[in-house]
Amino acid sequence: MPEQLFQFLVTGITIGSLYALVGLGFALIYNASDVVNFAQGEFVMLGAMTAIALLNAGLPLLVAAVIATLLTVGVGLLLERFAIEPAAGASVVTTIIITIGAAIFLRGVALLLWGKDFHSLKPFSGDAPIQIGGATVLPQSLWVLGVTVVLVALVRAFFNRTLLGKALLACAFNRTAAQAVGINVKVMLRLAYGLSAGLGALAGILIAPITFSSYEAGVMLGLKGFSAAIVGGIGNPMGAVAGGVLLGVLEALGAGLVSSGYKDAIAFLFVLMVLFFEPTGLFGHKASERV
Amino acid sequence: MPSEISSAPAPPAAGGDRLLEVIGLSSQYGPVRAIHQIDLGVSAGELVAIVGGNGAGKTTLLHTLSGLQPASAGRISFDGQDITRWPPHRIVAAGICQVLEGRQVFAPLTVEDNLRLGGYRQRRDSAWLGQQQERVYTLFPILAERRRQLAGTLSGGQQQMLAIGRALLGRPRLLLLDEPSMGLAPLLVEEIFRVIVELNGRGVTILLVEQNARAALAIAGRGYILETGRIAKTAPAAELLADDDVRRAYLGY
Repeated sequence: MPEQLFQFLVTGITIGSLYALVGLGFALIYNASDVVNFAQGEFVMLGAMTAIALLNAGLPLLVAAVIATLLTVGVGLLLERFAIEPAAGASVVTTIIITIGAAIFLRGVALLLWGKDFHSLKPFSGDAPIQIGGATVLPQSLWVLGVTVVLVALVRAFFNRTLLGKALLACAFNRTAAQAVGINVKVMLRLAYGLSAGLGALAGILIAPITFSSYEAGVMLGLKGFSAAIVGGIGNPMGAVAGGVLLGVLEALGAGLVSSGYKDAIAFLFVLMVLFFEPTGLFGHKASERV
Repeated sequence: MPSEISSAPAPPAAGGDRLLEVIGLSSQYGPVRAIHQIDLGVSAGELVAIVGGNGAGKTTLLHTLSGLQPASAGRISFDGQDITRWPPHRIVAAGICQVLEGRQVFAPLTVEDNLRLGGYRQRRDSAWLGQQQERVYTLFPILAERRRQLAGTLSGGQQQMLAIGRALLGRPRLLLLDEPSMGLAPLLVEEIFRVIVELNGRGVTILLVEQNARAALAIAGRGYILETGRIAKTAPAAELLADDDVRRAYLGY
């Protein structure tokens, strides 16, 4: 039984890492604009599908992954430039609805390009399982974990150590004041969309060898990533990471101990419970401001 | 460098070459006219006050100058350049730095990070930023003590000091101050105004917007009275303080 629990834990942390990356993307855009970008899941799908297509076209894996990520970043920037920026000044809700529209559009484009079939990427370093403490770990899981740790550390350093990162946060805290100190809010918004798209694409490429990918693959991943972000306290990047891992582990435990049919239900039930008892998320900023 | 708060005393406030020249400036929120046909000038080294009641358009005027609010008509020129349609970040880079009404510090960031963000446009000149930051800490020692504290946990007066310090790190050639006395205890108001005088003495050109007309006119060289979006009167501050209409309307005696 302990081995089995350990196995669930490993599975949970792997899938949770993905939720964390997607959640991080949500947090970035939310920080820059108070907007929840519901096309975040589509970035994941685009990263995976483009990488698969490029690989099938004969490119080596690493090159395909890099190009797929850059292309998805490009899509993120285009989305910002042609769907979000023209609506500058519109309410947050309007902008969120625009992102939902963009998500549907991107899904449609993917459907036209790649059809309804499921596609798979070959694992980065084979699929011979590794035994760790009684649990069977796929090499791809280690890739997921390793890359996630590196990306999270980079994003954390970006916000904690760089002026650019703080400028991005400043836009979230007080947009008028950010403009008044000379931060170009438009540039920050583009940066947020570009980074989110890149994180999403990488998540998609990492997970593609484990779960199959299709034009619709972004929908559920997007929802889970969004859940991770709100469980962690939306706008708190590291909270989104913790929320993602927590969600993944709970899901894996639920699937293993109860029934895999309830996997998604357990995750969303957890989100509801968190929102019920701790509406600002588990790691959300408690409002502490003197006026 | 006129922006350095430790620099030489201000050059004489003369007419002629205006640092800031505003001609016929109007701005509106939808159909509602907030300011109308404003003419205004500030010369290098001056401390100019704009006083007026609530809703007279004082904040709108400052926001239009700093690009936060679009102008619907008229022209703003700064140092000979037409900046009327410039975006805010370009205007800050040119040297117009604004201390917003109600402080508006970045509450979840530390005092030091707030100051560093104030220097966002000067970020490539780290030597100057380091010196200027030390000068701000000398000017407001309490900020140096609390440099690692979150800005949101500071008192109102300290937040006002931080807001001024943040603007000073933008290397202002013209400092716009919006209601720095708002919501502060009289002793703190005195302290803030003392600092404003000191900054001006060190060569920072200041445009001060205030509801507290008496305090503002007491330290300013010249003043403008703003009434329902128009300039009702302009004169040396001492004359405005002695003016019967102004006294009745804004000084309350």
